[in-house]
Amino acid sequence: MSESRLARGLIYGTLLVFSLFYLLPLVVVMLNAVRSTADINHNSVIAWPAAVVWGNFAETWSRYCIAEHCTGIRPYLINSLLMVIPATIISTLLGALNGYSLALWRFRGDGIIFFVMTLGVFLPQQMNLVPWAIVLRDLGLFNTISGLVLIHVVQGMSFTTLFCRNYYVSIPPDLLKAARIDGAGFFRIFWRIVLPLSPPILVVTAIWQFTGIWNEFLFGVTFSAGQNQPITAALIALAVHVSEAPQYGLQSAAVLMAAAPTLLVYLFGGRYFVRGLTSGAVK
Amino acid sequence: MPPRRLLGEGIRSIVMWAPLVVSCAYVVLFSLWTTAVSLTRSTLLPDYSWAGWRNYTVVLNSRNWQVAYANLAIYGTLFVVLATAVGLLLAVLIDQRIRGENVFRTIFLYPIAVSFVVTGTVWGWLFNPSIGLQKLVQGWGWTGFRFGWTIDRDLAIYAIVVAAIWHGSGFAMALFLAGLRSVDADLLKAAQIDGAGPWRTYTRVVLPTIGPIFVSVLVMLLQFAIKTYDLVVALTAGGPGISSTLPALVVYDFMFQRGELGRGSAAAVMLLASLAVVVLPYSAFRLWQNRRRFARV
Repeated sequence: MSESRLARGLIYGTLLVFSLFYLLPLVVVMLNAVRSTADINHNSVIAWPAAVVWGNFAETWSRYCIAEHCTGIRPYLINSLLMVIPATIISTLLGALNGYSLALWRFRGDGIIFFVMTLGVFLPQQMNLVPWAIVLRDLGLFNTISGLVLIHVVQGMSFTTLFCRNYYVSIPPDLLKAARIDGAGFFRIFWRIVLPLSPPILVVTAIWQFTGIWNEFLFGVTFSAGQNQPITAALIALAVHVSEAPQYGLQSAAVLMAAAPTLLVYLFGGRYFVRGLTSGAVK
Repeated sequence: MPPRRLLGEGIRSIVMWAPLVVSCAYVVLFSLWTTAVSLTRSTLLPDYSWAGWRNYTVVLNSRNWQVAYANLAIYGTLFVVLATAVGLLLAVLIDQRIRGENVFRTIFLYPIAVSFVVTGTVWGWLFNPSIGLQKLVQGWGWTGFRFGWTIDRDLAIYAIVVAAIWHGSGFAMALFLAGLRSVDADLLKAAQIDGAGPWRTYTRVVLPTIGPIFVSVLVMLLQFAIKTYDLVVALTAGGPGISSTLPALVVYDFMFQRGELGRGSAAAVMLLASLAVVVLPYSAFRLWQNRRRFARV
């Protein structure tokens, strides 16, 4: 009895220690977002606020200067929203369409097409930087949000197709055979039969796309500049810009606001997150 | 065929094929395009005059590239091994019918929703000697305490390992936990009846049955390590000097800081080659596994 109690204690003790490790950065950011720079410089980033400073949020939101533009992080957060919403919706829907074609309208070479797309998931972004730079320039989309949306839609399709195709292969083929005998075509079957069965996978796919696109940095920093940058690129610009006289309180408020959307999605959609994660690897 | 049917067929083909073709062409053509640029004299702008393998030899002989690959060896090995170990440990502990399972799982996995930019920025503060852990411990009266990994040439790469483990081990945990939960209950009962203790049950029965998950976890973490970019930019910017640089940073440095598109592309192709060594056997394995499963059904 006492031995098993010791074992239980060890299990919980280990889990608690690791919990501290994982929570430390989040707690640090949340506390520092309401601390003054002097307080942080004096007592380190790991300390309870000497006095709570709510003003950090307002200042970071609309007044703080990033590379000579004193507009706060608001425009960059708006850029990220304008990028992530259309890119998520379009790439998810095209992924559903692709997955439907590949899983349910078997044709010659569908296996190869699917294999090539899967490789796209692993392709490093660095391989695409030069081609994208040229394509965006020729389309006149350099340094625009639309350009970033285009990149994320095309690149995201590898991922969304993979998710949707793996979901659709479990739809019984007899269902489609019956629909086809009744005279339903490609679109009607997609619209009437496949889409109504899709909400679970569409939610998982959209959540992953939203998180990935919101958090993406390399394309954002390479193909946009100044006031057109998404929030991830702006955060780095902010850190570089203030490295002379860092204001950690304001930066923490900025980091917290930049991380909040994906953290909230994770908190409320956690089970979909895990489902997406494990659907690929465990089956 | 009546013209309306024909039109309908045409629209159907376009809608069906356009996204398929675009996403395939993107993977194949963009890779070939960058490979082509890597064989030219391109500098600030693409310039399609033949340079042969020269860009590759220049990159391979550059100090940045050698430092980057030496760092990748250290970082990749430590990160993959430790993140896997931590992930497996946490999964096994959570699997012991504990209370508050959901809370622990949420805490261990939330970093995956946080961007590398944010991860790197915040760990940068914790490692920063003038405001981070060093300052905290010195404030307790232990004034000789030194903890400034990110400003130390020999230790900066280990700071990246810590931040990457923070970000990636929850992912490993989630995969392992799903695997542990999928182990056949009868198998566990049989082991129990045979008198196997918890340690033997795990090492002899459970872990061997989740072997495929080990492969998945290792491959995913390793390909992630090879691609690591933003985390380093935010945490150390590759410094001090170039002491914590990684291949993905060298690619960017050649392309956009030095304006050497040809050399940057050569570096990108070599990055892709490193990835292919890891991913292609894995993809082939998965494909074969799927075939076998469908064949059985």
